[in-house]
Amino acid sequence: MKTVFKRTPTLKDCVTHYCPGCGHGIAHRLVAEVIDELGIHDRTIGIAPVGCAVLAYDYLDVDMVEVAHGRPPAVATGMKRTNPDKIIFSYQGDGDLASIGAAEILHAGHRGEQITVIFINNAVYGMTGGQMAPTTMIDQVTATTPRGRVGAEQGYPLQVSELLATLPGTIYIERCSVHDPAHIRKSKKALRHAFELQVDGAQGMSLVEMLSPCPVYWRMPPAKAMEWIENEMTKVFPLGRLKG
Amino acid sequence: MAGKIIIDTERCKGCGLCVVVCPKKIIVISEKSNRHGYFPADTDNRNCTGCAACAVICPDAVIEVYRDQPTEIAETVAPGDRSKPTMMQEKA
Repeated sequence: MKTVFKRTPTLKDCVTHYCPGCGHGIAHRLVAEVIDELGIHDRTIGIAPVGCAVLAYDYLDVDMVEVAHGRPPAVATGMKRTNPDKIIFSYQGDGDLASIGAAEILHAGHRGEQITVIFINNAVYGMTGGQMAPTTMIDQVTATTPRGRVGAEQGYPLQVSELLATLPGTIYIERCSVHDPAHIRKSKKALRHAFELQVDGAQGMSLVEMLSPCPVYWRMPPAKAMEWIENEMTKVFPLGRLKG
Repeated sequence: MAGKIIIDTERCKGCGLCVVVCPKKIIVISEKSNRHGYFPADTDNRNCTGCAACAVICPDAVIEVYRDQPTEIAETVAPGDRSKPTMMQEKA
């Protein structure tokens, strides 16, 4: 029999700490598959965020660095400028990238740094216990918005990809989702394109945003969480290529 | 075309996403828990087509997928060899 699907070598052969049904596992696998397909395993350096994916360096078999909360684009800037032949990517959640790291990602995009950013948007702070994130949707119940987020009080969901797409320094921005196999395959294509741009030496930052489930802090079963992405989240965060 | 999946039940966390996406609905959640206390996904592989939807959505990458190759085509056309006629063309 022919092997149709097998774990890719860059994804380490170990159990992750993620909750059942977490989208980080899918995103990790896609990143690992793209790195293996492009054959850039030996010259890729990844940057792990602070957040649930803080232990990404334990799961991806490439050189990884762990940096301060929200600062991967700043560190990636230095790494890419001193090692232009290396492929630098940062893997960040929405608390890391859209909240405390908003200035870093904005200015890295503004300067047109030649890095690839993987942005996992699950509309909640997972690691610290399900508090409201900048990307939390209106009426979404979290630990800090027990009656649902109210725009006039807590602000509105921050659409980082749209924001970054207006900057001349970014070359490729796409929002994808991991809610079903078809969209996971599309996400992988987007990731591949983002990495290819950097391999080809294209001038500017590429970012792939992935809508990802957090069943535990959305308080729903994994399958329902996937449906919630499809029916609710994509209304606020429309899928598609925003730039490039 | 027959397919087969192998689930690493000791690593499966029983999230059940594969159960939902399987077009043939042949994956079930086992009644026996693994040593981590999760109830893993399980299947008897009957009617499996090897579409790999379960493996693509699995957050823990614990599913391997295999598929039978159609022997006639495999014999007449080697992979990457487009010069030989395919079975469809021969019939036509």
